[in-house]
Amino acid sequence: MSGEAVTVFRRDGDECVAVFAVDEVRVLRRVTSELVELLSGRPDHSDPVVRRLFPDAYPDRPDDAADYRRYTEGELKAAKLAHAGEVLAGLSGAEHRELRLDPDAADAWLRGLTDLRLALAVRLGIGADTDLAAEIDAAARESPTSPLAFQLSVYAYLGFLQESLLEALAG
Amino acid sequence: MASPLSVSAPGAAAPEAPAAPQVAPLPRSAAGTSLDAGWQTIVWDDPVNLMTYVTWVFQKLFGYSRERAEELMLDVHEQGRAVVSHGVRERMEYDASRLHSYGLWATVDRP
Repeated sequence: MSGEAVTVFRRDGDECVAVFAVDEVRVLRRVTSELVELLSGRPDHSDPVVRRLFPDAYPDRPDDAADYRRYTEGELKAAKLAHAGEVLAGLSGAEHRELRLDPDAADAWLRGLTDLRLALAVRLGIGADTDLAAEIDAAARESPTSPLAFQLSVYAYLGFLQESLLEALAG
Repeated sequence: MASPLSVSAPGAAAPEAPAAPQVAPLPRSAAGTSLDAGWQTIVWDDPVNLMTYVTWVFQKLFGYSRERAEELMLDVHEQGRAVVSHGVRERMEYDASRLHSYGLWATVDRP
Protein backbone atom coordinates (compact mmCIF):
# COMPACT_ATOMS: atom_id res chain seq x y z
CA MET A 1 0.00 0.00 0.00
CA SER A 2 2.90 2.33 0.61
CA GLY A 3 3.17 5.20 -1.79
CA GLU A 4 -0.17 4.49 -3.44
CA ALA A 5 -3.31 6.52 -3.14
CA VAL A 6 -5.76 4.80 -0.86
CA THR A 7 -9.47 4.48 -1.22
CA VAL A 8 -11.90 7.09 -0.06
CA PHE A 9 -15.62 6.76 0.44
CA ARG A 10 -18.05 9.04 -1.34
CA ARG A 11 -21.71 9.61 -0.70
CA ASP A 12 -24.38 8.42 -3.15
CA GLY A 13 -27.91 8.96 -1.87
CA ASP A 14 -28.01 7.32 1.54
CA GLU A 15 -25.17 4.97 0.66
CA CYS A 16 -21.41 5.32 1.14
CA VAL A 17 -19.51 4.01 -1.85
CA ALA A 18 -15.88 3.04 -2.38
CA VAL A 19 -13.78 1.17 -4.91
CA PHE A 20 -10.96 -0.76 -3.31
CA ALA A 21 -7.65 -1.84 -4.77
CA VAL A 22 -6.92 -5.54 -4.68
CA ASP A 23 -4.20 -5.03 -2.04
CA GLU A 24 -6.60 -3.13 0.19
CA VAL A 25 -9.18 -5.89 0.03
CA ARG A 26 -6.51 -8.45 0.85
CA VAL A 27 -5.20 -6.55 3.87
CA LEU A 28 -8.66 -5.71 5.19
CA ARG A 29 -9.80 -9.29 4.82
CA ARG A 30 -6.73 -10.55 6.61
CA VAL A 31 -6.84 -8.25 9.64
CA THR A 32 -10.59 -8.73 9.97
CA SER A 33 -10.25 -12.51 9.82
CA GLU A 34 -7.63 -12.32 12.56
CA LEU A 35 -9.99 -10.27 14.67
CA VAL A 36 -12.73 -12.87 14.14
CA GLU A 37 -10.28 -15.56 15.23
CA LEU A 38 -9.37 -13.58 18.35
CA LEU A 39 -13.04 -13.05 19.19
CA SER A 40 -14.11 -16.59 18.48
CA GLY A 41 -12.65 -18.13 21.61
CA ARG A 42 -13.65 -17.43 25.16
CA PRO A 43 -12.31 -13.90 25.86
CA ASP A 44 -8.94 -14.24 27.60
CA HIS A 45 -8.74 -11.27 29.93
CA SER A 46 -4.99 -11.70 30.40
CA ASP A 47 -4.67 -10.47 26.80
CA PRO A 48 -4.43 -6.66 26.74
CA VAL A 49 -6.30 -6.57 23.41
CA VAL A 50 -9.23 -8.39 25.02
CA ARG A 51 -9.12 -6.02 27.99
CA ARG A 52 -9.43 -3.07 25.60
CA LEU A 53 -12.19 -4.62 23.48
CA PHE A 54 -14.10 -5.71 26.60
CA PRO A 55 -13.43 -2.85 29.02
CA ASP A 56 -13.89 -3.13 32.73
CA ALA A 57 -17.07 -1.18 33.58
CA TYR A 58 -16.17 -0.96 37.28
CA PRO A 59 -12.40 -0.55 37.65
CA ASP A 60 -12.67 -0.08 41.43
CA ARG A 61 -15.39 -2.64 42.15
CA PRO A 62 -14.21 -6.14 41.25
CA ASP A 63 -17.49 -7.87 42.18
CA ASP A 64 -19.59 -5.44 40.18
CA ALA A 65 -17.14 -5.68 37.30
CA ALA A 66 -17.51 -9.47 37.29
CA ASP A 67 -21.33 -9.21 37.38
CA TYR A 68 -21.34 -6.71 34.55
CA ARG A 69 -19.06 -8.89 32.49
CA ARG A 70 -21.14 -12.00 33.16
CA TYR A 71 -24.29 -10.34 31.88
CA THR A 72 -22.93 -8.31 28.98
CA GLU A 73 -19.88 -10.07 27.58
CA GLY A 74 -21.72 -12.63 25.44
CA GLU A 75 -23.80 -9.99 23.77
CA LEU A 76 -20.82 -7.67 23.27
CA LYS A 77 -18.80 -10.46 21.71
CA ALA A 78 -21.67 -11.38 19.39
CA ALA A 79 -21.98 -7.73 18.34
CA LYS A 80 -18.27 -7.45 17.58
CA LEU A 81 -18.35 -10.67 15.56
CA ALA A 82 -21.38 -9.39 13.65
CA HIS A 83 -19.59 -6.13 12.78
CA ALA A 84 -16.49 -8.00 11.62
CA GLY A 85 -18.76 -10.35 9.66
CA GLU A 86 -20.39 -7.38 7.96
CA VAL A 87 -16.95 -6.10 6.93
CA LEU A 88 -15.97 -9.51 5.54
CA ALA A 89 -19.29 -9.79 3.70
CA GLY A 90 -18.75 -6.37 2.13
CA LEU A 91 -15.24 -7.34 1.07
CA SER A 92 -16.50 -10.45 -0.67
CA GLY A 93 -15.98 -9.73 -4.35
CA ALA A 94 -14.92 -6.14 -3.60
CA GLU A 95 -11.89 -6.58 -5.87
CA HIS A 96 -14.22 -6.52 -8.83
CA ARG A 97 -16.99 -4.11 -7.98
CA GLU A 98 -17.65 -1.04 -5.91
CA LEU A 99 -18.56 -1.46 -2.28
CA ARG A 100 -21.89 0.13 -1.33
CA LEU A 101 -22.76 0.55 2.34
CA ASP A 102 -26.28 1.44 3.41
CA PRO A 103 -26.56 3.28 6.75
CA ASP A 104 -26.71 0.07 8.81
CA ALA A 105 -23.73 -1.42 6.99
CA ALA A 106 -21.78 1.85 7.39
CA ASP A 107 -22.50 1.70 11.14
CA ALA A 108 -21.21 -1.89 11.28
CA TRP A 109 -18.11 -0.97 9.26
CA LEU A 110 -17.28 1.97 11.53
CA ARG A 111 -17.54 -0.29 14.56
CA GLY A 112 -15.58 -3.08 12.90
CA LEU A 113 -12.83 -0.66 11.85
CA THR A 114 -12.74 0.65 15.41
CA ASP A 115 -12.17 -2.82 16.85
CA LEU A 116 -9.42 -3.46 14.29
CA ARG A 117 -7.72 -0.18 15.17
CA LEU A 118 -8.04 -0.81 18.92
CA ALA A 119 -6.56 -4.29 18.60
CA LEU A 120 -3.67 -3.16 16.40
CA ALA A 121 -2.97 -0.14 18.61
CA VAL A 122 -2.60 -2.33 21.68
CA ARG A 123 -0.32 -4.78 19.85
CA LEU A 124 1.79 -1.91 18.47
CA GLY A 125 1.89 0.09 21.69
CA ILE A 126 0.29 3.16 20.09
CA GLY A 127 0.00 5.95 22.63
CA ALA A 128 -1.11 9.57 22.70
CA ASP A 129 2.43 10.68 21.85
CA THR A 130 3.00 8.22 19.02
CA ASP A 131 4.18 9.91 15.83
CA LEU A 132 2.91 7.35 13.38
CA ALA A 133 4.61 8.71 10.26
CA ALA A 134 7.97 8.94 12.04
CA GLU A 135 7.65 5.40 13.40
CA ILE A 136 6.78 4.02 9.97
CA ASP A 137 9.78 5.82 8.46
CA ALA A 138 12.11 4.57 11.19
CA ALA A 139 10.91 0.98 10.87
CA ALA A 140 11.12 1.08 7.07
CA ARG A 141 14.65 2.52 7.23
CA GLU A 142 15.66 -0.40 9.41
CA SER A 143 14.33 -2.83 6.85
CA PRO A 144 12.22 -2.15 3.76
CA THR A 145 10.29 -5.35 4.41
CA SER A 146 9.94 -4.64 8.11
CA PRO A 147 6.86 -6.34 9.57
CA LEU A 148 6.57 -3.48 12.04
CA ALA A 149 6.49 -0.89 9.25
CA PHE A 150 3.78 -2.95 7.56
CA GLN A 151 1.68 -3.23 10.71
CA LEU A 152 2.01 0.49 11.45
CA SER A 153 1.01 1.24 7.86
CA VAL A 154 -2.06 -0.95 8.19
CA TYR A 155 -3.01 0.90 11.37
CA ALA A 156 -2.59 4.27 9.64
CA TYR A 157 -4.57 3.02 6.66
CA LEU A 158 -7.48 1.86 8.83
CA GLY A 159 -7.65 5.30 10.45
CA PHE A 160 -7.66 6.99 7.08
CA LEU A 161 -10.40 4.70 5.83
CA GLN A 162 -12.52 5.26 8.92
CA GLU A 163 -12.14 9.04 8.69
CA SER A 164 -13.13 8.88 5.05
CA LEU A 165 -16.25 6.84 5.85
CA LEU A 166 -17.22 9.30 8.60
CA GLU A 167 -16.81 12.20 6.19
CA ALA A 168 -18.94 10.46 3.58
CA LEU A 169 -21.62 9.76 6.18
CA ALA A 170 -21.65 13.39 7.32
CA GLY A 171 -21.68 14.67 3.74
CA MET B 1 4.44 -10.53 5.49
CA ALA B 2 3.94 -10.54 9.20
CA SER B 3 0.51 -11.04 10.57
CA PRO B 4 -0.83 -7.53 11.22
CA LEU B 5 -2.49 -8.35 14.50
CA SER B 6 0.17 -10.91 15.42
CA VAL B 7 -2.53 -12.73 17.22
CA SER B 8 -2.96 -16.38 17.78
CA ALA B 9 -6.22 -16.46 19.64
CA PRO B 10 -5.57 -18.14 22.96
CA GLY B 11 -7.94 -21.02 23.53
CA ALA B 12 -9.64 -20.46 20.19
CA ALA B 13 -10.07 -24.18 19.71
CA ALA B 14 -11.71 -24.69 23.08
CA PRO B 15 -15.44 -25.38 22.98
CA GLU B 16 -17.47 -22.61 24.39
CA ALA B 17 -20.78 -22.31 26.13
CA PRO B 18 -23.34 -20.34 24.12
CA ALA B 19 -23.69 -16.76 25.20
CA ALA B 20 -26.47 -16.31 27.71
CA PRO B 21 -29.25 -14.02 26.54
CA GLN B 22 -29.33 -10.84 28.53
CA VAL B 23 -32.62 -11.38 30.31
CA ALA B 24 -31.71 -11.73 33.96
CA PRO B 25 -31.51 -8.57 36.04
CA LEU B 26 -28.15 -7.86 37.59
CA PRO B 27 -27.95 -8.90 41.23
CA ARG B 28 -27.87 -5.78 43.34
CA SER B 29 -26.53 -4.89 46.70
CA ALA B 30 -28.64 -2.67 48.92
CA ALA B 31 -26.42 0.26 47.96
CA GLY B 32 -27.62 0.38 44.39
CA THR B 33 -31.37 0.26 43.99
CA SER B 34 -33.31 1.25 40.94
CA LEU B 35 -34.47 4.42 42.67
CA ASP B 36 -30.93 5.72 43.12
CA ALA B 37 -30.37 8.12 40.22
CA GLY B 38 -26.89 9.20 41.34
CA TRP B 39 -24.97 7.01 38.91
CA GLN B 40 -22.87 8.15 35.97
CA THR B 41 -21.54 6.76 32.73
CA ILE B 42 -18.02 8.04 32.10
CA VAL B 43 -16.10 7.95 28.83
CA TRP B 44 -12.30 8.01 29.08
CA ASP B 45 -9.81 9.38 26.60
CA ASP B 46 -7.91 6.87 24.52
CA PRO B 47 -5.18 7.41 21.93
CA VAL B 48 -6.94 5.46 19.19
CA ASN B 49 -10.50 6.60 18.59
CA LEU B 50 -10.79 9.48 16.14
CA MET B 51 -12.33 12.70 17.39
CA THR B 52 -14.84 12.63 14.53
CA TYR B 53 -15.78 9.05 15.44
CA VAL B 54 -16.31 9.82 19.13
CA THR B 55 -18.51 12.81 18.18
CA TRP B 56 -20.52 10.61 15.82
CA VAL B 57 -21.02 7.96 18.53
CA PHE B 58 -22.25 10.53 21.06
CA GLN B 59 -24.75 11.88 18.55
CA LYS B 60 -25.89 8.43 17.56
CA LEU B 61 -26.25 6.89 21.03
CA PHE B 62 -27.50 9.86 23.03
CA GLY B 63 -29.22 11.93 20.39
CA TYR B 64 -27.04 14.93 21.22
CA SER B 65 -26.75 17.79 18.75
CA ARG B 66 -23.48 17.92 16.86
CA GLU B 67 -22.45 20.93 18.95
CA ARG B 68 -23.15 19.17 22.25
CA ALA B 69 -21.50 15.95 21.07
CA GLU B 70 -18.37 17.85 20.01
CA GLU B 71 -18.27 19.65 23.35
CA LEU B 72 -18.41 16.30 25.17
CA MET B 73 -15.80 14.79 22.86
CA LEU B 74 -13.46 17.72 23.58
CA ASP B 75 -14.06 17.26 27.32
CA VAL B 76 -12.99 13.63 26.98
CA HIS B 77 -9.98 14.61 24.91
CA GLU B 78 -8.81 17.52 27.03
CA GLN B 79 -9.84 16.48 30.55
CA GLY B 80 -9.16 12.80 30.01
CA ARG B 81 -12.77 11.87 30.82
CA ALA B 82 -16.32 13.13 30.65
CA VAL B 83 -19.66 12.17 32.15
CA VAL B 84 -21.88 11.33 29.18
CA SER B 85 -25.03 10.28 31.00
CA HIS B 86 -26.38 10.03 34.51
CA GLY B 87 -29.33 8.31 36.16
CA VAL B 88 -30.19 4.94 37.66
CA ARG B 89 -27.55 2.28 37.68
CA GLU B 90 -29.21 -0.16 35.26
CA ARG B 91 -29.52 2.57 32.65
CA MET B 92 -25.86 3.54 33.12
CA GLU B 93 -24.82 -0.08 32.61
CA TYR B 94 -26.90 -0.17 29.47
CA ASP B 95 -25.21 3.01 28.23
CA ALA B 96 -21.77 1.61 29.07
CA SER B 97 -22.51 -1.60 27.18
CA ARG B 98 -23.64 0.36 24.11
CA LEU B 99 -20.49 2.50 24.27
CA HIS B 100 -18.38 -0.66 24.57
CA SER B 101 -20.03 -2.03 21.45
CA TYR B 102 -18.80 1.11 19.68
CA GLY B 103 -15.30 0.62 21.06
CA LEU B 104 -15.33 3.54 23.47
CA TRP B 105 -13.77 3.11 26.89
CA ALA B 106 -16.69 3.61 29.30
CA THR B 107 -17.13 2.96 33.00
CA VAL B 108 -19.97 3.26 35.50
CA ASP B 109 -19.56 5.03 38.82
CA ARG B 110 -21.41 6.60 41.67
CA PRO B 111 -19.48 9.69 42.82
